[in-house]
Formats: sequence, structure tokens, C-alpha cells
Amino acid sequence: METYAQLVPLVVLIPLVGMLINVFWGARLGGRWPGIIGSTAAILAFIVSGLLYFYLIGNDYRAVVVNPPFLNAWISIPSGDMFIPWQMRVDTLSVTMMLVVTGVGSLIHIYAIGYMLGDSRYARFFAYLNLFLVFMLVLVTGNNFLMMFVGWEGVGLCSYLLIGFWFDKARGEGWKNSNAARKAMIVNRIGDFGLLMGIFLIFWTFGTLDYFTPGEIANPHLAEELALEAEHAAEAEAAAVEGEAAPEGEQAAEGEVVAEAAVIEGEAAPEGEQAVEGEGVAEAAVIEGEEGHGGEAAVVYTNNDHIPTEMLGVFGKTERLLEEGGHIVNFGPFSLPFETVLVLITLFMLVGATGKSAQIPLFIWLPDAMAGPTPVSALIHAATMVTAGVYMMVRSNVFYYNADLTSLIVTLVGAGTALVAGFIAIGQWDIKRVLAYSTISQLGFMVAAVGIGAYSAAMFHLVTHAFFKALLFLSSGSVIHGMEHGHHHVHEHGHGHHDDTPFDPQDMRNMGGLRRKMPVTYRVYLIGTLALAGIFPFAGFWSKDEILADSWLVGLFDNNVGGYIALGLLLLAAFFTAFYMWRQMEMVFYGQPRTEAAEHAQESGPVMTWPLVGLAILSVFGGFMNTPENVLGLDGIFGAHRFTYFLEHSVVHAHAAEFQPVIALGALALALFAFFAARTIYGAGHALVRGSRDPLAVRPETSPIWRLAHARLYWDETYFRLFENPFNRTAKFLADTLDWAFWHDYFHNTVLRNGFDALGQFLSKPVDLGLIDGIVNGIGRLARWLAGRLRGVQTGYVRTYAVTVLLGVVLVIVILLLPLFTQAGGG
Amino acid sequence: MVQIEAYVILSAVLFILGAMGVLLRRNAILVFMSVELMLNAANLALVAFAKQWNQMDGHLFVFFVMTVAAAEVAVGLALIVAIFRTKHSIDIDQLHQMEG
Amino acid sequence: MEAVSTPTLTSVVLFIPLVSMFIILLLREDTQSEYIRWGALIGSLLTFAASILLWLSYDPAQPGLQMAQRSTWIALSATDATYNISYYVGVDGLSLLLVILTTFIMPLAILSSFRSHVLVERGREKLYYAFMLLLEWAMIGVFVAQDLFLFYIFWEVTLVPMYFLIGIWGAEERIYAAVKFFLYTMAGSILMLLAILFVGTQAQSFALPDIIAKVQANPDLFPFGGLFSTQSFLFLGFLIAFAIKVPVWPLHSWLPDAHVQAPTAGSVILAGVLLKMGTYGIVRFCLPLFPQASIEWAPIVSVLAIIGIIYGAWVSYAQTDVKKLVAYSSVSHLGFVVLGIFALNSQGIQGGILQMVNHGISTGGLFLLVGMLYERRHTKAMSAYGGIWKVMPVFGGISLVIALSSMGLPGLNGFVGEFTILLGTFGSPYLGFFFALFATLGVILAAVYILYMFQKVFMGEVDKEENKNLPALHWQELAVLIPIVIVIFWIGLQPGTFFGAMDASVNQLVTQVTSAASNVVMR
Repeated sequence: METYAQLVPLVVLIPLVGMLINVFWGARLGGRWPGIIGSTAAILAFIVSGLLYFYLIGNDYRAVVVNPPFLNAWISIPSGDMFIPWQMRVDTLSVTMMLVVTGVGSLIHIYAIGYMLGDSRYARFFAYLNLFLVFMLVLVTGNNFLMMFVGWEGVGLCSYLLIGFWFDKARGEGWKNSNAARKAMIVNRIGDFGLLMGIFLIFWTFGTLDYFTPGEIANPHLAEELALEAEHAAEAEAAAVEGEAAPEGEQAAEGEVVAEAAVIEGEAAPEGEQAVEGEGVAEAAVIEGEEGHGGEAAVVYTNNDHIPTEMLGVFGKTERLLEEGGHIVNFGPFSLPFETVLVLITLFMLVGATGKSAQIPLFIWLPDAMAGPTPVSALIHAATMVTAGVYMMVRSNVFYYNADLTSLIVTLVGAGTALVAGFIAIGQWDIKRVLAYSTISQLGFMVAAVGIGAYSAAMFHLVTHAFFKALLFLSSGSVIHGMEHGHHHVHEHGHGHHDDTPFDPQDMRNMGGLRRKMPVTYRVYLIGTLALAGIFPFAGFWSKDEILADSWLVGLFDNNVGGYIALGLLLLAAFFTAFYMWRQMEMVFYGQPRTEAAEHAQESGPVMTWPLVGLAILSVFGGFMNTPENVLGLDGIFGAHRFTYFLEHSVVHAHAAEFQPVIALGALALALFAFFAARTIYGAGHALVRGSRDPLAVRPETSPIWRLAHARLYWDETYFRLFENPFNRTAKFLADTLDWAFWHDYFHNTVLRNGFDALGQFLSKPVDLGLIDGIVNGIGRLARWLAGRLRGVQTGYVRTYAVTVLLGVVLVIVILLLPLFTQAGGG
Repeated sequence: MVQIEAYVILSAVLFILGAMGVLLRRNAILVFMSVELMLNAANLALVAFAKQWNQMDGHLFVFFVMTVAAAEVAVGLALIVAIFRTKHSIDIDQLHQMEG
Repeated sequence: MEAVSTPTLTSVVLFIPLVSMFIILLLREDTQSEYIRWGALIGSLLTFAASILLWLSYDPAQPGLQMAQRSTWIALSATDATYNISYYVGVDGLSLLLVILTTFIMPLAILSSFRSHVLVERGREKLYYAFMLLLEWAMIGVFVAQDLFLFYIFWEVTLVPMYFLIGIWGAEERIYAAVKFFLYTMAGSILMLLAILFVGTQAQSFALPDIIAKVQANPDLFPFGGLFSTQSFLFLGFLIAFAIKVPVWPLHSWLPDAHVQAPTAGSVILAGVLLKMGTYGIVRFCLPLFPQASIEWAPIVSVLAIIGIIYGAWVSYAQTDVKKLVAYSSVSHLGFVVLGIFALNSQGIQGGILQMVNHGISTGGLFLLVGMLYERRHTKAMSAYGGIWKVMPVFGGISLVIALSSMGLPGLNGFVGEFTILLGTFGSPYLGFFFALFATLGVILAAVYILYMFQKVFMGEVDKEENKNLPALHWQELAVLIPIVIVIFWIGLQPGTFFGAMDASVNQLVTQVTSAASNVVMR
């Protein structure tokens, strides 16, 4: 059992191998083989995840850190005290995510075998899907923030590849698909910027990026409680009492553990293992060897006191530093108190989460991402990739729990997003777009849950949402497929007019009455709708209500106004959810077919419908994994808050919320009322007014509101005006005007080069030729002029020469006799 | 003995006359005659001073001067004959081809 | 310090290209052109093999110079034997990786020229390959030279073959680009020469390790008195020469011209190695020789680097010529490197050096890809393409990997360097939070232009007739691309070998610089 944990690298490697096979040989294999290979890889990964789950149970839910083979150190700079390894973590949180990703992923892979059949790049599709699994699993199994970031960006890459999968579709559609892909990646990158800044802060605050070091216990309080409990249970056993007994009963009731007697089975010898199994009680820590008896005498710790602070992972360090209090963090030239740094870290990470999990203000990429094939929308944009932000925040619950300001902001962002997206969904015609905004809205629920501290509720909703949203998306794919078949059928058989206007099989206005044409799809879609809207007893009811209950309790007991705000906004969002889902049901499945294509729609094949059924079953029963106590005796069958207790081992601040019947029934009533309202407005033939107008758009009191929802609150247009257009224009300005025309051409060519040339011209002509040569030539001319003048002395006349001689003689005599005269004068 | 001043004055007058002749006369032969006059004026002064100081140097030098004068006259007259042969005139004002 | 020492492995690596060049020059162009080409390739491969041997012989635990060789060349003083200009070469953690980068890129560049049309058109193949080998000799020389004069000589020598490569085998405006490249770089080099002369006479030695030791012993050897003192001017003299080479904004105008006009192999070498000479110079000379000035000027230079990061990426996005786009992206990428260097801590500098290698590989790869497209369609305008991924799937796949590496996708090489640089910047006592904030914005901008380029060229429909039947990748082209892809993944997943080679030397450098920090008044 113990060595199964070492299998965790396989969970990443198997899809990787699947991808490589499909990349290099997929096209050659042909037929359905690439799909089968891809699905097999996903299923094998699921099996490994399952093995890990059972391992955890056997290991009392203690986490294990595994080093993958060959690849231990990643970034190692000893002189900078920087050591970031490739290290994987098997704990309850990561196994939960693994199971969801591989489980839902496998079903989607199988579905895609049929859905994508016939596509020219079939093998590539499955290669990308497997690559996505690789990255997503790296994200959830990583034991440090940088590995999570690798997975984070990697899934962004796969999203890019898969959204733009049909990049070569004709008539400009391919270009639009590529644009959507690029938009997704760039908006995600903006979020990644925030996450990176958070990671830098984390590193410089804690010196490490590891969540926990090997051997560190994520939740020491729980471990200690359970250890205490097991001790008491062992003592009670020594008195050989089974069932209800006084010592057991008293001592078994502690903390969040249910006050039911622990039923001890198996041998209870003092030295041997004390396996505690049973229903209702949370997992107990097994203490072995403390009494120093024989057998396996491995020392098992229940807290982290034996680990020095520098060795702990970031979360352990946070707890210690907060306990000690008064710590100042220095990074670069700044220093801040530790608590402030926590707020900064969580804020930056929130930016990352808004990008990846499509919250305000970075959700705009998700609706456009619907350009990708439907299995992609189901897997990536509903079940897994978008939940990465929620996962990150739940993993960092220690940070968020201790950063109140950020938690409030998170709540507002989440609840606000839930409401806004829910509102926009009411105005959409495209079946996938409604689901896209629904996803954004539900992610808002999860994020709001994180904000109010309901981490297990958020994870619970994450899991159930994966089930029913994937179901809804895949079913919508089935609907679209059916519509396309109907359309081809119409054209092939030459029914009626040949219409060259492009037919959109995703437009709900073209549908109607598909209940009769596609019965299986209809039924599973109905189940999905009920689950999403939160109808008892489907999965969504439990998870959504846990969030609502938690927000009420947080508002009431923690004096956290965020709780009340969340409750209000989320209730409203829940109303919208139910409303637009039933609108969708009415438009698509009920009533009469509105087009010929809908008339001739066909049900999809079994390879597509069987995964739907699987997901439907999960949507029906999935909620029971976390039933609250004392509700209709369900906890007797399924156990109370099993999922929460499972998570608690990794998520310190996971707690179970007491069931709030008022809120639950209130939400249920609200949802049913929304159904009724939608039925009234859209049902029984009213679905569309005059062929293609929404009833809400026609009524004067609701018309402006509906149009606002239909225009998606002008969000994309605003972003274009505020960011995209200025960015593009600045880019052009910088490139053409500033850099090329001014700096390159004007400054370098005109000023420098031509200036230099001009200087050269100046120096060579006026200065060199004019001045310097002038001087040199001038001297020559001067000499000639002088000579010309002096030439005049030579008259040629002898008499002149004679005069000159005479004068010269006289001069000489005077000079010779001068001293005589002066002497005579003076003397 | 006559006063030495008389001899010097006479020599000077003769010299100036000779110089004037050289400068003012146009006939080449007359110029030569004036040159001879100047030379002889110098000779007179030399002899007079030699007598006064009772030195033989003056008398010696006079002989040199007379020899040089004779040689110079010979050469000069030869030059004049050559010039006359080309220019058919001994007007020195017509000899200015070496002007600048 | 022997007068003449036995040649070490460093010198062997240095001179194999030169010897190959001479051999090639002896061959006849008209009858033996095959021998010329393959001879050049074999010569560069031998150099690469020797450099691998160098790497294996290198002891990463030793921070100092290894496999060094010093022989006196020009004696400057009759009494002091150490005051001379010497042939002094050696490798340490700072230069080892760059030498290997050089010897790795050259065979790829040479191999990519085998199928070059422009060589066939303009002829003079022998001269071309001779220039390539000469360039390799000079580039390796820059990285291994330990004497200031020797360094300067090699630095200047790299200009000549590059000038000819651009000028003879380049595109339409090649003369303008070649001359501009030459003059611009040389203008900076002159300042460096002045500084070298001052440094050498002041320190009574031209051998770098000796000068550094003297600086460490006497921090006032080059007097420092603030932003514009003697040491700062010396620092600037070197820095400006290197900044032109890197290029640091705003001294980058020569780069787009040089890249667009150069032949493919020229661009590959220019982007792959020549630009790194600038950043290497900063690490090798500016930091250890002028530590106080480095600290004082770090924020200012970092601001320029960040402007370069953002400006380069932003301008890249607006380009229509794909080679120009990649040229501006180099400005952006090397802005990161300069930023990392001036973080003046171990993470920043090691990230910077690793990113130098990464950029050489990724951008070299990008230029090779562009060259392959150009061979087929003879145009570099992005609008002429579209949908290429469908027509050439393997090429598209490889291009995606290289483009993502340039963009810094985690798991590939670019990310490791960028992350380490940004981390170092964030925690650097001289830079800090705001520098890292603005630099990390570059991460977003990089995605913008790379994805746009990829989409414009590779995605969309194949709507142009000429694009519908492009020939698939030739084995020689594949042979050039595969090593690049392998290295991209290797550095991305296991950079440990690369960091390990640098750690000791960088640690020593950081200690040398920060020990002078007490002389500088902090902001």
C-alpha cells in the first residue's frame, strides 16, 4: 500500500506518453485509434489516481511527498539560497483534484472519440487533450508554487491550442477562432503576471516556494485531535467494550468529531496496529510505536514542533510567524510587516485567479473560448482548467484565512462575478455561450466561498460543478451534433429551398422540440439543469447550499459583512441561474422545432451518450459525498461531511457548515420560482416572439435590461476602447513614428548621418579648401605681389644702380662715423 | 707743406665732380672718365695722407688703384665697343633691358 | 606567469576555426565547393566537440579562471614583468556557457547556409565560409580573452567579417545596414579603448584577473565620488560600448537594419552570439572593475533596460516584417538580461547569463525558421503567409515550440531565465519591487507579439495560392532545428547543469561587487 504513492509520477507520464504516441504515429494509425489511445491514457491516469486515493485511506490520509525519477532539482542556485525542485505531493486535496481531472477527463475523452470523428486532425486533438491532462496534473500534484505555475501556464497553452484547433476553417471563421485562442492566452497572461508577482513575494518572504516540506503535517490540529481520540478509543477498547459504552462515548466526542461511538474492529493489542474503521467518525491518526513495543516502530508525529522554522514550507512558516508575531519582511530596499505582506501576496494571487478562473475583470476570454470544439469547452473551460484558480486559493487557505482584507475583496469579486455573469447569460442565444457565462457565474460562487473562508464548500462545489457542467457541455455538443446532422439531412435531400446563409447549429433560435428527437440527450440535460439550479436532491443543491449556509454563518458569527453581501448576491445569482437554464430548456427541448434542421435532428451515437449517462449519474448522486448532519437521515446512509473531513487533512481551515434549513429551502424556492417564471415567459410555445425575438426583449419594462444582458454589458467593447485600441495605436505610433520615423530616420539618418556629412562637406570645402588652402596659397600670392612690387627696383638703368651704390656708400660711412658724431655731441 | 685739409677738400671736390659725372652724363665714355676722376680723387687723398703720416701704405695703394683703374678701363672700353656694335649708340639710357 | 606556456584546451578551441579558415582558403571555389562547405561544417563541429571537452574538464566548484594560458606579447615596462600586453586566455563560470553557445550555434548557421539561394546568386562561397570561421574565431576570442587589449582586438575583429557578411550577401539595403552597424559599434568601442588605456596605466597591468585583485585590495584604485566621478566615467566608457552591442534602448537603431538586411546565417549569428558579447562584457568588466559605479548606476541602467523590455515588445507587435519583429524582440529579451545583471545578486546574474544562452538558442532558432520560410517564398512580410501550419505541419509544430520558448512558457528554457532574473530583481537591494513589477509586464507583452506573429503566419486559412504547395522540411533543415528543440527542453526541465557551471564564479563576482557597497551611499 505504501509504495503506491510512488506511482504519482505515472499520473503525469501516462498522458505524456499518450500525447507522444498520438503526435508521432497518430495520423498513421487512423480510424478511432488516436481517440482510443488518448482515452486509455486518461483512464489509466484515473486508475492511478484511484490507487493513490486508496493509498491515502490506508495511510490515514497522511500526505506524502514524492520525487519524480531523474528530475529532482529544477532551479538550484546555491549561492542565492534558491532551491526549487520537481516534487510531487500526494495528499487529500491533490488526490481530489486528480480524481476529478482524470475521471471527468476520461469520460470527455471517450465522448470526443465520437464527437471529433472525421476531423482531419483527429490525432492532434487527442494529443492536445492528453497534453492538457499532463499540465493540469502537474498543476495539482506539484508541491511548490513554481510547479503549479508550470501547470498553470501549460494549461493555458493547451487551451490556446484547443480553442484555435479549427484555425483553418473557411470564410474567416478560422481566423476568428485563432483570435479567440490568442485572446484567451493573453488575458491569462495578464493574470499570470499577478501570480508571478505573488510568487516572487512568496520566495523573498519565506525563502522557499514549497507548500510543505516532506514530513510536515498540513493540519497539525486535526492530527493531534485524532491522535488523542485514537488513544481514548484504545483505552476504551482495553476495557473490552463494544458499541456504546460510557468511557468511549465521552472521550470520543471532541471537536468536530461526531458524537457517535467509535466501533473498533480488528485486533486491539497494545503493540499492534489499531485500525479504526467505521461509519461516521472522521479518520483517526494511528499512533504506533510510542510505547516502544516491537513491530513497526516508526515514529509518527502529530504536529510540526520538531521541525525548525527555516525548514518548513510556506504555510507552516506562515502559521509560526503569525504566532510569534511582529515579524518584518525585507525584500530588496523595502520592508513591511508580515501581515501586510500576506495581504499583498494574496492580492497578487487573486489577480492570477481572476485570469485563470475567469472572474471580473478578466473573464472576457471564456465566452470567446467557446469557438473551440465542445469537448474542449467541457474539459477545460468547465471542469478543470478554470478551476485551477480556485484550487490555488484553497491550497493557499492559510494565506487567505489570515489576510482579511483580501478575503473581503475575493468575496466581492466572486459574488459580483456570479451575479454579473448570471445576468448576461439571460440574454444569450448561443447554447454554449449560455453555458460559458454559467460557468463564470458558478466559478464566482466558488471564489466567493473562498473569500468567506468556506474552503471545503468551494472544493465541494468545484467537484459537483465539474460533473454537471461537463454533462451540460457535452450534452450541448450532442445537441449541436444533432442539429448539424439535421442540417445536412435537409440539404442532402434537397428539401425545399437552398439557403446560402450560414447556418449556426449552436443558435437556440434554430432549435426547439428536441425532446422528442433526442430523448437521451434531453433527459441528461434535464438532470444537469436540475443539478446546476440546485434542486434537491441533485448534486448542485448540496454544494450550493453549503456555500450559502457558510456565508450566512460567517456573516452572523464572524461579524464579516462579506458574508451577508455574498449571501445576497449569490442568492440573486442562483435565481438567475435557474432562470436562464430553464429558458434554455424551453428554447431547445420543449415546444415545436423552429427550423427544418431541428425537425430532422438525430440522437447521437452510444460512444457519445454513454459518458453523458455516466456524468448524469454523478450529477445525481455526487452531492451525497458531503451531506450535512441530520438532514433527512441521509447522513446515516452516506455519512456526514465525508468530503470535508477528507479535505481537512490538507486544508487546514476547511470546516463543515451546519445545515441551514431556512436558507436551503429559501434557495430551493427561489430556484423553483425562477423555473416557473421561465416557464411562463418562454414555455408552451411562447419561446420566441415573432420567430426570433426574446419575449423579454419585447416587453417594454424588461426590454432595456434584456438588451443590456444581450450586449454582455458592453464589456468587450469597453475593453476594446480602453485597452486594446490604445494599445494597438500606441504600438503603431511607437513603431512607425517614434522609433522609425523619428529615432531611426530623423535622428540617426538626418541629424547624425546627414549632419555628419554636412559637417564633412563644410570642413572639406569652406574650411579645408577655403581657409587652409587659402592661407597656404595666400602666402604664395603675397610673395608674388611683393616680388612684383620689389621688381620695380630693378630699372635696368645703370645710373639708377650707380645712385644706389652711392647712397649705400654714404649710408655705410654715416653708420661708421656715427659714434664719432654722437661722441662729439655728447663729449 | 700745404695743409692737409686743402688736399682733402680738393679730393672731395674732385670726387663729387666725378660722382656727378657718373650720375648725370649719358655718354658711356664720359661716365668712364668720371669714374677715372673719382679714382684719381681717391688716389690724391691717399697720397696726401701718406705724406702726412709718413707711411708708405698710401703710396703703395695708389699703385694698386692705378693698375686696377687701367684694367677696368680696358675691360670697360671693350664692353662699350661690344655694346656699340649691337646698339649703335653709347647712350647708357638706352641700356635698360635688364629691368624688372 | 611563464613567458611562453604550453597551449591549453582554451587555445585549442579558439584556434580550430582559424586553422579551418586557412585550410578552406586554400581550396578552389569552382571545383571544390563541396569540400569548402563540408570543411567549414566539420571545422565548426570540431570546435564544438573541443568545447564540450572544455566543459567536461571544467571544475564547477572552482570560481576562478581555468585552463588559462598566458604569454607575454608586448612588454611595456623593463622593470615590472607583469605590466605588459599578453596573450591571456581562459574560461570561468561566466564565459564557459557562452563559448559553448558560440560553438553550438556556428555549425547550425553554417549548415543552414548550404541551401541558401543568396549564396548561389551572389557567389563567392569560399569567402563566405571563410568569414564565418573568422567570425567564430573572433567571437570565441572575445569570450576567452583575459587581457584588456586582447579583448579589444577580438572585439573589433568581430566587426569586419560581419560587415562583409551583411554587405555582400545581404538584402536590398545591405550597404547602409553594414556601414551603420560597423560605425555605430565602433563609435562605442572607441570610448572603451580610452577607458582601457586609463585602466591599464592606472593599474599598471592589462591582465584582468590582476586588475581585479588590485581593485579588491584597494577600492580607491579608480577613485569613486558619485555618479560622475572618475570611476563612473570609466564605467560608462565600457558600458556605452557594450550597451550599443546589446543593444540597450535607445542605442538600438542599428539592430533592425542589420537583422533585416543580413542573410539568414548572419542574423542567426548576430542574434545568437554577437549581441551576447555586450552583456558578457558588462558582467566581465563593468561589474568587477568598477563595483561602486556599478552599484550607483544600477538603477539608472535598469530603468533603461525596463524601457527596452516594454518598448521592444510593444514595437515588435506593430511590425509587418517578421525579421524586424524578431529584431525588436531581441531588444526586449536582452533588456531582461541587463536587468538581471544589474540586480547585482546571484539569482539575477545567473538568470541573466542563462538567459543569454536561452536567447541565443530561441532567437537563433526563430531566425532559422524565418530563413526557411524565406527560401521558399522570398518574402519576409507576414501578410504574405497564413495557414502555414496546415501546409507544413512539422515545421509548424517546431515553430510553435521555438515561439513558446521565446515567449517564456514554463517548462521551456526562456522561463527559467526570465523567472530567475525577475526573482533576483525583486529581491535586489538596489532595485526591488517596482522594477520587478514593470519588468514582469514584459511577460504579458511578449505573449502579445509572439502569438500575433504565430497566428498571422501559421494559423488562418491558406488563402494564397503560393502557400499551398510549399516543400516540406529538408533533412538538413530538420538537422538544424532538432538540436535547438532538444536544448530548449533540456534547459527548461533540467537547468541544473547550466546553473551549476556558473554558480561558483557568479558567487565570487557578487561578493566582489557587494563588498564595495559600503563605499556607496544608498538611496
